[in-house]
Amino acid sequence: MSTVVIVLGDDISTDVIYPGRYMATVLPTETPQFAFVDLTDFNAKLRAKQVPQGSVLVAGKNFGCGSSREQAVSTLKGHELIVVAKGFARIFYQNSVNLGLKLVEAPDLEAKEGDQLEIGPDEVVNTTTGRRFRTVPMPPARQAIVDAGGLIAYTRRRLAGKSKA
Amino acid sequence: MGMTVVEKILARATGRAAVKAGDVVEPGVDLVMSHENAALVINQFLEVFKDTGLEARIWDSSKVAIIFDHRVPAESPKTATNQKKIREFVAKHGIAKFHDIRGDLGGICHQILPENGYVRPGAVVVGTDSHTTSHGALGAFAFGIGATEMASVWALGTALNVEVPATIKVVVKGKLPEMVGPKDVILHLVGLLTAEGANFKVLEFHGDTVRSMPTSGRLVLCNMSVEAGATSGIVPADDETLRYLREEAGVTDALVPVQPDATAVYERVIEIDVSQLEPQIACPHTVDNVHPIGKVAGTKVHQIVIGSCTNGRLDDLEVAARILKGKKVAKDVRMLVFPASGRVYAQALLKGYVGDFVQAGAVVMNPGCGPCLGVHEGALGDGETALSTTNRNFKGRMGNPTSDVYLCSPAVAAASALTGTITDPRTVIGGPQ
Repeated sequence: MSTVVIVLGDDISTDVIYPGRYMATVLPTETPQFAFVDLTDFNAKLRAKQVPQGSVLVAGKNFGCGSSREQAVSTLKGHELIVVAKGFARIFYQNSVNLGLKLVEAPDLEAKEGDQLEIGPDEVVNTTTGRRFRTVPMPPARQAIVDAGGLIAYTRRRLAGKSKA
Repeated sequence: MGMTVVEKILARATGRAAVKAGDVVEPGVDLVMSHENAALVINQFLEVFKDTGLEARIWDSSKVAIIFDHRVPAESPKTATNQKKIREFVAKHGIAKFHDIRGDLGGICHQILPENGYVRPGAVVVGTDSHTTSHGALGAFAFGIGATEMASVWALGTALNVEVPATIKVVVKGKLPEMVGPKDVILHLVGLLTAEGANFKVLEFHGDTVRSMPTSGRLVLCNMSVEAGATSGIVPADDETLRYLREEAGVTDALVPVQPDATAVYERVIEIDVSQLEPQIACPHTVDNVHPIGKVAGTKVHQIVIGSCTNGRLDDLEVAARILKGKKVAKDVRMLVFPASGRVYAQALLKGYVGDFVQAGAVVMNPGCGPCLGVHEGALGDGETALSTTNRNFKGRMGNPTSDVYLCSPAVAAASALTGTITDPRTVIGGPQ
């Protein structure tokens, strides 16, 4: 069971998730401090470790639109948040697959802050309201990278295959 | 079954007779590009090889381009140190397509690649920048990726697990009216499609308007295709593409344009008649919040920006200089001009545009991304409004979450600089007859 800690709207850009002015900070160990830095209350909670790992960020359509900056993913991964959204922008989706940030695409999702969600393989159940929402399965090409433990592990496997060949 | 341009390119790059939308392929790449975020790519690249017993080698350094543009010259010791580390890596790995902070060879990555002839029709290009879509203007399949994916490409020379995208055919017809240009066309299209309307898809541009558009304008269309979520925009290469690459980029080797099959399968076909199109404005805080200029004309602005990978090319500066020449930027507005590259800057100097800007009261800055993404040069004050030829107006984009950013063409930006409010350029110069 996961608790919804924030509910955001449609078209949340990477500039909102991780503003450009912090882009000189690149290491995944350093980016988490700037997650949603302009949403000052939420950022303060994250930095104070008041948001338990595995908490859910709920958003609308096209979450992560805009820049390809990978900091927008590593900053959320650093807090082990789960993003449940009506849809994701392509590069953000792929970066999340590559880095192991858990995304769930639920196009009809309805949830409020404080609701409890049960995230299953085919659906999300909002146990607070009792409503169930279908999820869109991850395409196999992307699932393969997730199953390998991310793109670095997946690439290492390929390199090993290449050097033997 | 016929193929779209991108399907044909991916078939060639994977050595297959045919591919179709939805297939998963691993294309060899022809050119890969990073800017300052090469600092993170290097980190992830070394991570790939860590504890493998293998030497960290780039598969082919001659295909790697690195261009400093996001923070030039460095705005902080942190950035300067990142840039220093990248220079050391570039030297160690023999990366020749490196464009440092220089007045002659430097500039914005999405101008440097075309003007140096690095991108060819039919190529597969990946870049750690979402606006890598720009290079579809030369008939290449070019798309943005993250830093870890780039590290993987540096190691292997292929992009892994690429889903062949479906294609939307966009047919643009009609003669563009006076003071209406490529930026108005793409803003209009993004408004129609919405910010996610082309997510995971390619926009393939056709029609007489596109055929008669110079490469500089096609770069604008493809650049902002990503603002509709597109994986890439692409203009099938034609005589203009070859002219640009031969005459402007100095390419002498063989070029092989790729055309879509007549029987290609498109997910959708969109037709736009631009013969009556008005100047378009994207209003805060999403790029698809697009309206004809009449809706927001008169809005007070504090800063005007002309430049960026979207609209900092010579044609853009020419339009703006024509409007500003011999006039004055309004007293209560700041106008910043960023030529897209050192070469563009030099051409603008020779043509007298730089003088026109300076005499009008604009500040001509060094080539680079400038304030587009809010990291460097030209921050906005609390509650201020910018009108900009850049490509994004997200909340906080120019560095201040309490500010507003409106997006427009160079003509609208220049006309508005004269008044200090959003102004229809047709009321300033060459108005409708």
